[in-house]
Amino acid sequence: MTLGFYPGCSLKGSSREYAESVLAVAKAFDINMEEINDWNCCGATAAHNMNKELSLALPARILSLAEKQGLTEIVVPCAACYSRLTVTKYELSKDAALKTVVTEANGLEYTGLVSILNIIQMLDKYITPNLEGRVVKPFDHKVACYYGCLLVRPHEILKFDREEDPQSMDVLMLKAGATPIDWAFKTECCGAGLSVSRTSSVGRLSGKIIGDAKDRGAEAVIVACPMCQSNLDMRRDAINSYLGEKVDIPVLYITQAIGLALGLDRKALGLQRHFVKVSV
Amino acid sequence: MSKIGVFVCHCGENISATVDCAKVAETAGTYDGVAFSVDYKYMCSDPGQNIIKNAIKEKGLTGVVVASCSPRMHEPTFRKACAEAGLNPFMCEMANLREHCSWVHEKNEATTEKAIDLVRILVEKVKYNHSLNEIKVPVTKTALVIGGGIAGIQASLDIANTGHKVILIERDPSIGGHMSQLSETFPTLDCSQCILTPRMVEVAQHPNITLYTYAELESLEGFIGNFKAKIRRKSKSIDEKLCTGCGQCTTKCPVKKIPSEFNEGLGKRTAIYVPFPQAVPNKPVIDRGNCTYYIKGKCKVCEIVCPTGAIRFDQEDQIMEVEVGAIVVATGFTVKQPDFFPEYGYGKYADVITGLQFERLASASGPTLGEIRRPSDGKIPEKIVFLACAGSRDPAKGIPYCSKICCMYIAKHAMLYQHKVHGGKSYVFYMDIRAGGKQYEEFVRRAIEDDGVNYIRGRVSKIYEKNGKLIVSGADTLLNAMPVEIEADMVVLATAGVANEGAEELAQKMHISYDPYKFFAEAHPKLKPVETNTAGIFLAGACQAPRDIPESVAMASGAAVKVAGLFSQDELTREPIIAVVNRQAPPVYSSCVGCFLCVSACPYQAIEKEEIKNRNGEVIKLVAKVNPGLCQGCGTCVAFCRTKSIDIQGYTHEQMYTEVMALLNEY
Ligand SMILES: Cc1cc2nc3c(=O)[nH]c(=O)nc-3n(C[C@H](O)[C@H](O)[C@H](O)COP(=O)(O)OP(=O)(O)OC[C@H]3O[C@@H](n4cnc5c(N)ncnc54)[C@H](O)[C@@H]3O)c2cc1C
Ligand code: SF4
Ligand code: SF4
Repeated sequence: MTLGFYPGCSLKGSSREYAESVLAVAKAFDINMEEINDWNCCGATAAHNMNKELSLALPARILSLAEKQGLTEIVVPCAACYSRLTVTKYELSKDAALKTVVTEANGLEYTGLVSILNIIQMLDKYITPNLEGRVVKPFDHKVACYYGCLLVRPHEILKFDREEDPQSMDVLMLKAGATPIDWAFKTECCGAGLSVSRTSSVGRLSGKIIGDAKDRGAEAVIVACPMCQSNLDMRRDAINSYLGEKVDIPVLYITQAIGLALGLDRKALGLQRHFVKVSV
Repeated sequence: MSKIGVFVCHCGENISATVDCAKVAETAGTYDGVAFSVDYKYMCSDPGQNIIKNAIKEKGLTGVVVASCSPRMHEPTFRKACAEAGLNPFMCEMANLREHCSWVHEKNEATTEKAIDLVRILVEKVKYNHSLNEIKVPVTKTALVIGGGIAGIQASLDIANTGHKVILIERDPSIGGHMSQLSETFPTLDCSQCILTPRMVEVAQHPNITLYTYAELESLEGFIGNFKAKIRRKSKSIDEKLCTGCGQCTTKCPVKKIPSEFNEGLGKRTAIYVPFPQAVPNKPVIDRGNCTYYIKGKCKVCEIVCPTGAIRFDQEDQIMEVEVGAIVVATGFTVKQPDFFPEYGYGKYADVITGLQFERLASASGPTLGEIRRPSDGKIPEKIVFLACAGSRDPAKGIPYCSKICCMYIAKHAMLYQHKVHGGKSYVFYMDIRAGGKQYEEFVRRAIEDDGVNYIRGRVSKIYEKNGKLIVSGADTLLNAMPVEIEADMVVLATAGVANEGAEELAQKMHISYDPYKFFAEAHPKLKPVETNTAGIFLAGACQAPRDIPESVAMASGAAVKVAGLFSQDELTREPIIAVVNRQAPPVYSSCVGCFLCVSACPYQAIEKEEIKNRNGEVIKLVAKVNPGLCQGCGTCVAFCRTKSIDIQGYTHEQMYTEVMALLNEY
């Protein structure tokens, strides 16, 4: 079985381990992840702050390329890319004039028929139903599932999970043998793009998240977004100085946690690439 | 040859701002059969009506077309004017140039052209109008009031005091509604029970009022002056005549842990219960869903202890049919519960409560006897936060409207808290303070200035629990959206006031309309606030929109006056806009072939079968016949009749066809 794969920029750089773990888990279930040829940046947060048409044309090009390649379903693991692609599909389905502008700019046909899956939807659809007998090392830890801002919002467009108190990741982790905790910062902002420009703000915002997870006894934070992961992991020094203590709870991509439960090789899952040592 | 008068109204500027009224009148004057046409600023005014009356008399008009606003607004006005000038009122038609044209289009040629078209079709129609006579129907001078909150109580008393009979039905075991749950009331801080309970007693004792509690409307048929209502009297499992209200049963019932509805779940009650000590009637009911006898077939303790033998386990619901002439709907409202708010914990924090729960805590008759103690551990909260607009004014939550009462009761709550908990700190997060009303703004200022309540303008994004405190995290928009976090001991949500569950079904039973939020719709937002679109059914209180007590009472008295006005007549006249099955000379008698599809189609069971007999009394044909007393003129039968044998008077096939042809310019 083949699924389309849009890695986006992060998964080729700072979050290589996310890509590695996605591919490793897919491979374990004989799913062929076919990368979209000649893909481009989705525009992320920059484009839609500057030019609406550009911010739609970039994701539309990716979707057009996927169509051209004959892909009907693509997996977009990065929450920001997922949001941009889905919003584009939604906007173009509602506005024929805009669709014409965008298609002409790209010079590529666009029908909007490709379906877009985030990583949770992908796992839920193709992995967990076949999980029986495959969990060799249950991920037997208390985990705080962290969804961030983009995975479930805006609800009208994404129609995915409950926007204030999402549950889908918790359900998946439960199936992988973990004990998800009830905590207060599931959808709080981690500081996202301020990572480089205002590290101290990230320290404060991500600090609250890590702080609450720690207070409630989490042994790992589970994420599904490269931005969230790098802020919570790479900015741990800033977080710890905000918290005034050293907190060493690791931050795992959900695919890494599930990969561990499946007994996949730690290196294949890229666990050695983290800043906070993955002790679980 | 018809002599028709056309009267074009400017409606101030409402019509003339976009339609060239003079041109409409001038063009109408050129039509065949139009003997007079004119335009005027306000046709509905006295001079305007005189223009019509004089033209009828002087020109001998046989038909009138008034081109102005919606017939729902002024058809009665103009028909009356015609009648006063000696013309049958049903020879008057209205072209709706305002709602159907000037208000919805811009000023240009096409708009005027459309206005001319609207006038032309009615000129052609009126040529086929016939004189019709109003139908007389008797009035049953008994009113049905549905809902025994303050609005229903006020309406019942007001109607009863005019000397007419009232049947009041209340769904719960006691009357009183939300007002009976309130502690003190804004803006005077007088005790709610003290002003309400005497009225409840008055209702129970009034010779003209029959009160049925634990009762609901089952179905409704009929029309103004002549409704037939079926009422379901739910079984209370006691014989009310024998019960003395001694309370033995409620003290001895072993099932004691049911969350009390009256105390909003903050107190407990037994399975056989009186909702609160001042209830009217002060007699218990058995809550069968929680009674051990009904669940397990064993117990009957209440029966054993009851000194008068009043317990009746085998009592069944009773369906009762009553005839009433008018109905006042006063079923009130409800508030959203905390589980509606994921961001505030989906109802999982015991100390995040609703405003109604706070009322119970502050009430001397409540579970804490009026002390403000938090539900989780009974401690007195040192820091309390009130959240305005919880759900209200939030399109994302599907409640874009303002609930109107909460700004005021929050100020009241914060004030009561400050009066009761000395040294306590209270905070209010608000969007705007909406305190329009006599003494209202002053009341809020008192809370802020005299009682030191801290008002913070901004929204709260989430509430979560940490180390036994509720962390309320929001923003202060007067300080440049600065994040604010308050570690509170208790949080009170002013949750949105919404329509009752089941409001929609109730409205459908009564054939009254409701708005998108399921609040019942008034007939006109300004001029008919207590009427519905169904004649003879009126609204009072918070079933129409969230309302405070003064407004609910004013509405109730308004509705009562409407009912009294109706009952001041012995006969009502109804518009003769009803269906008729044609009759012709023998040997055809009627084009009706007797298929009786119409009988099954009629929603009012108004169509009967009539036998047409020859001189020897032998039945030669069976045809449909409309009972003019029952027909509501809905026209359903007309659509069903395959031989076109039924016409609605005033809207005949001929008239409709003529209108269409007039539009197609082929008349
Ligand atoms: C927390 C809070 C505090 C408030 N404080 C104040 C205040 O201080 N001052 C003030 O002026 N106002 C206050 N109000 C507003 C006040 O409660 C309302 O104005 C008032 O209750 C409206 O009266 P009502 O009779 O229209 O409706 P309700 O009080 O809701 O009564 C409706 C009645 O109809 C019954 N009913 C419902 N459906 C049916 C049915 N299908 N068949 C038969 N019966 C039915 C119900 O059981 C109920 O008894 C407050 C409201 C809240 C929520
Ligand atoms: S029979 Fe039911 S109501 Fe009566 S005492 Fe027993 S539990 Fe209570
Ligand atoms: S009355 Fe005040 S608190 Fe209630 S919805 Fe309106 S603005 Fe909000």
